[in-house]
Amino acid sequence: MKKCASLLLLTVLLARVAGAETPEEKGLAIANEVDRRNQGYADMVVAMTMTLIDARGKTDERKLDLKALEVTAADDGDKALLVFNQPRDVAGTALLTATHIQAEDDQWLYLPALKRIKRISSSNKTGSFMGSEFSYEDLAPQEVRKYQYKFLRHEPCGALRCLVVEVYPGYKNSGYAKLINWIDDQEYRSQKIAFYDTANQLLKTLTAEGYRQYLNQYWRPDTLMMVNHKNGKGTRLTFGEYRFKTGLKDNDFAPAALQRGR
Amino acid sequence: MNWRACGLAAALIVVAADEAGAYEWSGMLAFDNRVFWEEPAFPEQRSQAYYPSLVMQPELRADWNGEKDRFTFIPFLRAEPADPQRQHLDIRELNWLHAAGDWDVTVGVAKVFWGVTESRHLVDIINQSDLLEDIDREQKLGQPMVNLNLIGEYGTFGFYVLPYFREQTYQDRRGRLRFALPIDTDRARYASAREEWHTDVALRWSHSLASWDIGVSYFRGTGRESAFDLDLGDPFNPRLVPRYDLIRQTGLELQHTSGPWLLKLEAISRAGQGKRFFAATAGFEYTWFDVLSRGADLGVLAECNHDGRDANPLVAPPVPYDDDVFLGLRLSMNDADDSSVLAGVLQDVDQDATFISLKANRRFATDWILEVKGRHFVDAPPDDFVLHGYRRDSHLQLRLARYF
Repeated sequence: MKKCASLLLLTVLLARVAGAETPEEKGLAIANEVDRRNQGYADMVVAMTMTLIDARGKTDERKLDLKALEVTAADDGDKALLVFNQPRDVAGTALLTATHIQAEDDQWLYLPALKRIKRISSSNKTGSFMGSEFSYEDLAPQEVRKYQYKFLRHEPCGALRCLVVEVYPGYKNSGYAKLINWIDDQEYRSQKIAFYDTANQLLKTLTAEGYRQYLNQYWRPDTLMMVNHKNGKGTRLTFGEYRFKTGLKDNDFAPAALQRGR
Repeated sequence: MNWRACGLAAALIVVAADEAGAYEWSGMLAFDNRVFWEEPAFPEQRSQAYYPSLVMQPELRADWNGEKDRFTFIPFLRAEPADPQRQHLDIRELNWLHAAGDWDVTVGVAKVFWGVTESRHLVDIINQSDLLEDIDREQKLGQPMVNLNLIGEYGTFGFYVLPYFREQTYQDRRGRLRFALPIDTDRARYASAREEWHTDVALRWSHSLASWDIGVSYFRGTGRESAFDLDLGDPFNPRLVPRYDLIRQTGLELQHTSGPWLLKLEAISRAGQGKRFFAATAGFEYTWFDVLSRGADLGVLAECNHDGRDANPLVAPPVPYDDDVFLGLRLSMNDADDSSVLAGVLQDVDQDATFISLKANRRFATDWILEVKGRHFVDAPPDDFVLHGYRRDSHLQLRLARYF
């Protein structure tokens, strides 16, 4: 009897625990945990090589430097500055993005040949970034509150176990109906993302490899591989050594500071 | 300009950069092919149709002190055997930049751009245009300056002291793309007794507020555009002598960015060249992104130009924009080769003056660029001082450039 009662109690408790968290809540909780583990990075600097791979396997390389600034304001997201080094004809060209949670993001382009700082439209979410399989929205700083979430399942992924979460973009002009994100349950690192187009067809798959931990906290991949299933093309992003807390300030991400580039 | 001093300075920089260790050579080498298909308008102009030329623009940068300090040296050379006037050497940049968080200072020969519109750069005044390079006034001569920028919560304040003036480059009487009368650039006159050594000053405040980008500027000094004095010393061979007046100019740049719309305005009020006048360029740019889901962006541009200056080139510097409309189309393929095309028409609303321009470029191998530029002067009435001189100078330029 006693055993039966405790079993009953356990069942009720379990049901309450499960019932307390809808798949949407659990999805958001996972996203918040990913975000929490990434907080306090202040700023980040990394050199990237972008390799475009066409359907026949021919490759073409671009080199870029990425600087990111953590922004903790309520309405604003992080800032990112991308500077091109290769191809040489666009060397020095820079793209500055200031993300906002509700409002449209702000974007400026710096054209070194004319020394011109040009505010550009940020509505271009779906267009290709430099001829790659990454679109502008794939490379924008990720902000938890710009998406909705739904937890799907917990399953093995390679040697790890992953939390599988569906992600729905909540901003205008997205090229995706949803993303499915595989996040390992140990360190909450995104291992794989499947992108579904607006017709809900699988369009692209992104795979992360070679995660390394920096400053005993921040996990970053050495390689991101994006494969487009529709056109057979791919783009590989290879990262150099990441540096955190380098002392960058908000003014380093001011549009007027772009002209210091070159 | 004292080339020997510049050469010495450059050599010193190379040595210093080598000491510092962190220096980089880059730049561009191009082979230009210009073709004019009409007979020239003036009898003394060359009737030659094809003009090949070579362009060199090496760039040296050296940084130290954790990238807070940088030396930049960018000489420019065009070698054009068939047109000695267009063959020229310039120092586009030779400066030291020190950037420290919320302020930066540049000392030396540098380039500065102000503005938001596409068909005309009305507010932009720091650098002299290199008209020999291109008539679009986007190619600039290096300007000696001391520039201090303060970046803060209330926007950016830029202060400029410009100790030396660079004269406008003009085509000679034998070359294509000249004005109706030959220009005697050797005898340029100045309103200031100090001539090119008059110290010019400028100030600009710029800020980005939500969807608005704003710039307000003031310039006091030698006007970059020249008016002309008529020299009738030889009555059978009248000439124009460039005259550089002292001006005061207040400028406004405004852009509103919302979704695919960019709304733009540039306006100036200038005193010192005849009566004080007002000029403005206003318009929009609308872009369809990822057209037909093929990745390309298609933009339409429309801008109105108004310029209230005295139409007499003996009073105020001549420009082809008194009341004109510009319509343009920009196509960016967003492909691996960065292919893009920009086509535009400038139409005078009061009379038959039409100017068509086209620019297309793509990368065809790593670091090689192929660029086509075309200019077509459809109608140019005699009272349009600039375009009338150019009326038979429609041309096409094919550039093959290697970047390194």
